[in-house]
Parts: sequence; structure tokens; C-alpha cells
Amino acid sequence: MKLERVGMEVSIAAAEAVKMANVDCIAAYPITPQTHIVEHISELVANGELDAEFIPVESEHSALSVCAGTSAVGARTYTATSSQGLALMHEILFIVSGMRLPIVMSVANRALSAPLSIWNDHSDVMASRDCGWIQIFTENGQEVFDHSICTFKIAEDPRVLMPTIINLDGFTLSHVVEPLKIETQELVDGFLPPYKPLYALHPDKPLTMGAFGMPEIYTEAKKALDVALRDSYRVILEVWKEWGDLTGRHYRPMESYRMEGSKIALLTMGSFGEVAMEAVDRMREKGIAVGLLKLRLWRPFPFEVIRQLTQGLEVLVVMDRALSTGGVGGPVCSEIRSALYQQSKRPKVISFIAGLGGRDMPPEQFEDMIQQALKMKRKRQVEEFTMIGIRE
Amino acid sequence: MAKPMEQYTWKEIPIGCVVAEPGNAREYKTGDWKSQKPVVDTAKCIKCGVCWVFCPDAAIAKNEEGYYLANLNYCKGCGICARECWTGCIAMVEEEK
Repeated sequence: MKLERVGMEVSIAAAEAVKMANVDCIAAYPITPQTHIVEHISELVANGELDAEFIPVESEHSALSVCAGTSAVGARTYTATSSQGLALMHEILFIVSGMRLPIVMSVANRALSAPLSIWNDHSDVMASRDCGWIQIFTENGQEVFDHSICTFKIAEDPRVLMPTIINLDGFTLSHVVEPLKIETQELVDGFLPPYKPLYALHPDKPLTMGAFGMPEIYTEAKKALDVALRDSYRVILEVWKEWGDLTGRHYRPMESYRMEGSKIALLTMGSFGEVAMEAVDRMREKGIAVGLLKLRLWRPFPFEVIRQLTQGLEVLVVMDRALSTGGVGGPVCSEIRSALYQQSKRPKVISFIAGLGGRDMPPEQFEDMIQQALKMKRKRQVEEFTMIGIRE
Repeated sequence: MAKPMEQYTWKEIPIGCVVAEPGNAREYKTGDWKSQKPVVDTAKCIKCGVCWVFCPDAAIAKNEEGYYLANLNYCKGCGICARECWTGCIAMVEEEK
């Protein structure tokens, strides 16, 4: 059957995908720009389209705590948040991953206060980088819809059992109407089996979750979690392949665009990838052999793919949308540099911070970044990082 | 627990550190935290059980003769039983090893 595209706000599409995934429980607290997702889910529950418990709570700390509880009894559980909300969840993020509860959460990425900003960047999720969740970045509305289904299958796989974050840029994606292919319920049902928990809280079979760990066991527990997160990689690839075979939309840990013959490449995450494609096209027309790498899978970090796809490059320009204040500058760039450091031949990795707190990034600014990077390489003076478009 | 905690490798830890065996806290002996232990003078004890009521750790149990005695594997030596005892039959004595 050929699916027609329908115009739909991306937040609504995320909510519809969660409905099609037939979740059992949602606990959430509204926060801009994530609000439309849970608002629409609450309508779907209220009007009987989705048979699930919607638990409104008084804070994000409580939202994720409730999710931990419902996931622990074996319910398919979903929540969504943004910025300050994610920050308020911070404590529970680590508890959920340590307890291996496969909750799925959408984060409509937004800058952290102060100064107070409702606009998009990645500083919220970068502050929660090491929380032990699988973390995926999406580039457009279709990816948001697709991953909102795929992530349940990944998270709940008995070989994985890890909570998962789907990052979508606030407003830039969340509030935009896009032409989307909304798959059929039949396809989703065939793809996504019901959740069968390995352990579930039940009075008939008492067990303890979230017990303390003495110094004798804590390090072993952390090692087990780290290996589990790294090992989720092959299941992620498996699930993406199955989804790709069903829908024709294939996903990889890192996408490459016009990399053929490139000595220079730009690396982005999230929705800015599409503007970067435009910039790359323009530079190619001018005869500059630039390519583009778009990192989709942030955790587990795809070291090998990054090493393979950057082979032969002379300059790699990494665009970060968060600032590690007083530290390395760009968190993504710092990890890319780490991944490449042990390589005998590696490109100059040049860090730019861009698009903070909703600052727009037109294609010309991507071109400017490339020009500045080439100049740094020529002068053999690579800055630790540069904030692009800053007024001096 | 099938074996002491310090013998588990990371591969043997249950997923999410779940404790699937209920009631195994009794295997975790916490009595070595104490510096004093309660010693009951059974000649003065009237078997009223007020010490059993007040023990915050449920470490006191009634023995076959009806005396209430602390299980030293779990007693933390707080001395509440000695303070609450009506007849003053419980003395807190320095632990020596």
C-alpha cells in the first residue's frame, strides 16, 4: 500500500506514534516546547482512542519517578520534557538507567536558564549526557515519528532493557507542520511486540528493585551498565534495519552527505543538518569539496563509525549547540576529538559553538565556519573553540 | 544471596541489580556495628517484653523459657531496651573481641 503524506505538526505526530505504540502509562508535566506532545496524548487517552493511564503530576521529578514505578510493574511507559524539566529529572535519570527500566522519553531540546530562554539548543540534554540512557537525535518530523516507534522496540528488547531519549529540536521541529508518512496500525503492531519485562514488581513474586550497593558491588554494577549500553548498539542497528525494510526509511548511527572526494567535512546533530545540506550544496557549486556528517546516535557513542567516516579528511568542523562553560567548549567536538585522538592519521578537528538559545543559523554562517576553519588550518593556529556569529 | 557480595563479578550481577530472592536481608549481619551489647539479668527479668516493643531494629525475640533476648547478629547496641526496661535488668556492656 502506498502511503500518502499528510501535513501534521511534529509534536502531534510524536503523540500519534506513541499511541500506535500502544503505551500503557504516561506521566508528564507540561513544559514549553514539549507541551503539545503530552497535551495531545492526554486528549487521546481522554477520548478513548488510547487505552492507557495518563498520570498528571506536580513536577518533572515526579513525572519520571512515576514512570519508574509504572515501568517497574511492567507497563510500557512514556514521558516527554524539555530544558528545566529535564534538569529537574536529573536525579531520576540515573536511577532509571541503573535499574534498567526501558522508559521512552522525548526531549524537545531547549536552552537552560539563565538567562531564561524557551528557544532551541542542546544544552539541556548535554547536561544529562552521562545519565546512561540511549540517546538519539532526530533531524526532521519523519524521523521523530519513526523513532517514537522504533525506540520502544530497542529499549524493551531483552538484550537491551535501557531507557531511551529521542531528542527533537524545540520549535524548529516540535512546532512545525511537515508532510509525514504516518504508518498503519497494522504495520506498527507487526513490528512492535508487547513488552515482556524480565522482572516486574508483583505481590505474588516479591523482589527488590533499587536496593543499595555497598562499595564491594558498586563498581561491578557500573561496569555492567556501561557494557549493556555499549552492547545495545547492535540491537539498535537490527531494529533500524527491520524498520527500514518495512518502510523504506533506513537509519544509521551517522549519515553522510556528499562526502565523496571531500577533504573537509562539517558535523552536525539534530535539525540543523538540513540547513547544513543546503550550505554544502552551495559550497560544492563554488568548487569547495565539502561534505557533511550527521550524527544521529549520541549514546552509545559510535566510535568505529566516526573513525571510518572521517578517514582521509584533512579538516573536520564540528558544530556544537551547547557550551561546556569554562571547559572544552563543545561537548560533541570534545568526544569526536577523543574518538580520533589515537588514530595515527586524523583530521584537524575544529570546534564551533552555534545556534545557542534559538539563535538562527542561515546557510551563509555554515560557509563562514568552513572558511574560518580553513584559515585556521592554513595558519596552523587551531582555536580551542569558536563561538560563531558572536558580537565582539 | 548465593555467595558473599565481594565475590560477584560484573557479569554475574542481575540486570538492574534486582534482588530476586525475597527476605535475604537477614543474611546481612549488621551486629558488628555496635560497641556495647545488652546483657539480661534473668533473675530480675519479669518477662514483660517492653524491650521487645521498643527495639527499633526488631532484634529482640522471645526464647523458649519466655525471656526476651537480643540477637547479637542484628542488635546495634543502641541501649533503648536497657533504658526502657521496667526492672533495670538489662545492662549495656562493652563489646570485647
